[in-house]
Amino acid sequence: MIGTGILKGMAVTARNFVGSYFDKERLITIQYPEERNPLPENYRNFPFLIYDGDDPHAGLRCVACKICEKECPPQCIYIVKSDDKKPDYMGKPQFYPKVFDIDISVCMSCQICVEVCPFEAIKMDKEFELSKRERFDALLSRKEELSKSNDYYHKIHPLEDAAAVAEAKKKAAAEAAAKAAAAKAAATKPPPVGDAASVPGKPTPSSQQ
Amino acid sequence: MDATVQTIEAMERPPVTMASRLEGELLEVSMGPQHPSTHGVFRMNVALEGEIVRKLKPVFGYLHRNHEQIGEHTSYLGSMPYTDRLDYFCSMSNNWAYALSVEKLAGIEVPERAEYLRVILAELTRLQNHASLLGFLLSDMGAWGTPLMYAFREREKILDLFESLAGSRMMCDYMRFGGCRLDASEEWLARAKQIVDRFPEFLDEFEELILGNEIVIGRTQNVGKLSAELAISAGITGPMLRASGVNYDVRKVDGYGFYPRFKFRIPLGNHGDTYDRLMMRALEMRESVGILKQAFAQIQPGPIVNPKVKVRAFRPPAGEAYGRIEAPKGELGFYLISDGGPNPYRYRVRPPSFINLTVLEDLCLGHTVADVMVILGSVDIVMGEVDR
Repeated sequence: MIGTGILKGMAVTARNFVGSYFDKERLITIQYPEERNPLPENYRNFPFLIYDGDDPHAGLRCVACKICEKECPPQCIYIVKSDDKKPDYMGKPQFYPKVFDIDISVCMSCQICVEVCPFEAIKMDKEFELSKRERFDALLSRKEELSKSNDYYHKIHPLEDAAAVAEAKKKAAAEAAAKAAAAKAAATKPPPVGDAASVPGKPTPSSQQ
Repeated sequence: MDATVQTIEAMERPPVTMASRLEGELLEVSMGPQHPSTHGVFRMNVALEGEIVRKLKPVFGYLHRNHEQIGEHTSYLGSMPYTDRLDYFCSMSNNWAYALSVEKLAGIEVPERAEYLRVILAELTRLQNHASLLGFLLSDMGAWGTPLMYAFREREKILDLFESLAGSRMMCDYMRFGGCRLDASEEWLARAKQIVDRFPEFLDEFEELILGNEIVIGRTQNVGKLSAELAISAGITGPMLRASGVNYDVRKVDGYGFYPRFKFRIPLGNHGDTYDRLMMRALEMRESVGILKQAFAQIQPGPIVNPKVKVRAFRPPAGEAYGRIEAPKGELGFYLISDGGPNPYRYRVRPPSFINLTVLEDLCLGHTVADVMVILGSVDIVMGEVDR
């Protein structure tokens, strides 16, 4: 009979409409500014620079090698290398970026700068509410705005942090077992470099080369 | 009139005779580029006789971004995020096609788990692409909102999976030469499996909602018929070709990735009309669900990236390669020529939706203006890929 197909379709619509009052799964929208979904662990938005410790200048990991500037597909990174050197976290004198700008109106959040960085100095941020009232300079992020602490990185990547802590614990336990087995070597063995909170978590496999 | 744009006016016109005077003149209508049903910035110059389409000239290029030239000036890795922006509905498939051609060029092996992840992600992409296509097609027909929102509800679940795996909903930039960027956790696989297991429920509901609907049948059956001969000679690929009854699927023909390990069937149409093209998507989604279930059962832990591939200063040897996959819209291929340098000497994309669009005039002639939208919807174009 003609019209049954339409009626069947209407029944589906009615089921969804009524169901949205009772079934949580059929009501899928949330009221955004008040309610928020948690961001996934791997979410990425725009890059930022990591510094260790409390001082953004002294602890900045970036050594201005300009690899990210060269590899960035839309060429949104601009770096000027410093004339003098400053000690890095190991105490070795290194160059640092005098200017480090990222034009986030050009950046396409591809994460290639993170992958090519040999120093784990640049990571992806999760901040996404970035609307600005000004049209020009506001979207050019300077070094000062880009520098964020390592603690911040661990805060926005809780799972990776937990995995790194677990791995470090496992490593420490294995090392302790090895120490117990070879008790006389234990006294000369240096402690593992850095604890779980000061190393960034497990790097992506591709970034190890 | 803008002199730079070629219009119907500039095309040859029949001589004015007494008979044509009686019939009246052709009315030239410019549909798009801001028309909501043209799926992006696409314009059609349509010559109408009453409501019947007598000529149709597609005009595109509004979204041209010089993709191929950019690809020749960026490193091989640097082109990977740009491929996301071709067909922005199916960034995972685009990544795979590009990675496949570079792997062919440089002779790179891909670990087993990465191949499985690629199959899983490509089939998830197919599910969400076809689901949203059905929704868009129905909203083109006048079923505003409801079917599209149901389709987007399902698409959203898959995009959430992509976001939690790759970090971005649409611009995934997930695959790398010789593998994938990040490993999928067990929880992710379990969540994906759960979503895939429940996907047939959506398909049942959707088929009940529309496919028996008399209006849908009236609007799509015998509209925009594409013969198998024309489809083959015009180079049509993908669901549109199979709707015309030609058994050609790159997954079966090339057997790239791990597709030979999976059991699946290729749905074929009989009439080549819009209804067949619509049903083709619904049937393909069911086959994709089957492939995904097999892949979830077979995937094993292991490395996901070939450690021999360099990330920085990647230079494949001189030569050329063409890698192609069955993207949701058809055969997507990347043709690369390397001169041994850090960026390709030639970078060429074979975009399925652009080539499928070439027969639009043949499909639309003799139909009404309202049918043009339905036919265009069933071709399944994304302007990011058409214009590049």
